Amino acid sequence: MANAYDEFIKGIWKENPVFVQVLGMCPMLAVTNSAINAIAMGVATFFVLLGSSILVSLFKNLIPKQVRISSYIIIIATFVTVADYTLLALIPEVHKELGAFVPLIVVNCMILGRQEAFASKNSVGLAAADAVGTAIGFLFALFILGSVREILGNGSLFGISLFGPHFEPWVVMLLPPGGFIMLGLILLFFNWLTEKKESLIKNG
Amino acid sequence: MDNLVWIFISALLVNNFVFFYFLGLCPFFGVSGKLETAFRLGVASTFVMLITALCTWFLNTYILLYAPYLRLISFIVVVASTVQLVEMIIKKFSPTLFRALGIYLPLITTNCAILGFAIFATNRGYGLVEGIIYALGAGGGFTLALILMAGLREENELSNVPNLMKGTAMSLIIAGILSLAFMGFSGLFSS
Repeated sequence: MANAYDEFIKGIWKENPVFVQVLGMCPMLAVTNSAINAIAMGVATFFVLLGSSILVSLFKNLIPKQVRISSYIIIIATFVTVADYTLLALIPEVHKELGAFVPLIVVNCMILGRQEAFASKNSVGLAAADAVGTAIGFLFALFILGSVREILGNGSLFGISLFGPHFEPWVVMLLPPGGFIMLGLILLFFNWLTEKKESLIKNG
Repeated sequence: MDNLVWIFISALLVNNFVFFYFLGLCPFFGVSGKLETAFRLGVASTFVMLITALCTWFLNTYILLYAPYLRLISFIVVVASTVQLVEMIIKKFSPTLFRALGIYLPLITTNCAILGFAIFATNRGYGLVEGIIYALGAGGGFTLALILMAGLREENELSNVPNLMKGTAMSLIIAGILSLAFMGFSGLFSS
């Protein structure tokens, strides 16, 4: 049980897929212009990652080594199709804003990476724990980037205005360049945290 | 005719796949270290996009009408097998080029720019000719972005960068500035 807990917790912070491993950047940057879009994307990815990790782990002895990547991709694509149609039925407005980026979860390298590196070698329970941890880490990163961009670019969070009518929005944050630059700055902050921790350990 | 020119320029500059849609970022950051490899990867991706354009047009017109929920799965299978096919053709006819491209060739499968291209082309209802022009524009735009980034990063190798900024953080901020520059093109078709 402690083992599963370790796998779960490492994906959230120590091996955060976005801030530490820098994976899955395409959906990360494209949908984080508001907090609600970011969360919808994160939840869809959560579902796909958990489902495909469990399935890949169940079938790990049946899938021949030579065609494993294509099999994983087809499993992932099936779950993404389910997620796409579910979002369309439940929250059509958000689905419209996310647009082509829901189907593009298929080629999110983070998901394929977890199947190849973890789910195909471990038991179902461990694979599920790892998937949940990684997906929550991804959701966390999406939420941070989405809310920072929405607050700076629109002066609101979840569509609720924060600063009153006199706030001058920093529009570029909602546009593509803002996504690149803000993620760069967040990575910079994470580098700074890591370095500070290392120097603390070194100096006792 | 005007429409085709618009599609091409729009995919190449205004709605550049990398700087506007954030597609193909993994190879964009991974392979943009050297100018030479960046250019070759761009050309190979453009070629795969062209073949994907043909296949998706065929699928959309004749098969997916009857089973729309199979769209995503069939597209990803098409992309994966096209990459495999291209790999075999290049290996057979030009072993030198095959060796030069190396690992980047199979990696095109997980390049979201290719699948993104197929989905965008379908969503906009492009026909065969429009799809091919769109593939050329999108592939050209992807190549252009890779070359620009590789050139800038080669220059940066020699400059003195603070330790914290090294690596991805630096590349992301450079990409942000490039993206800002590309936004200037959005006034091109205001009318």
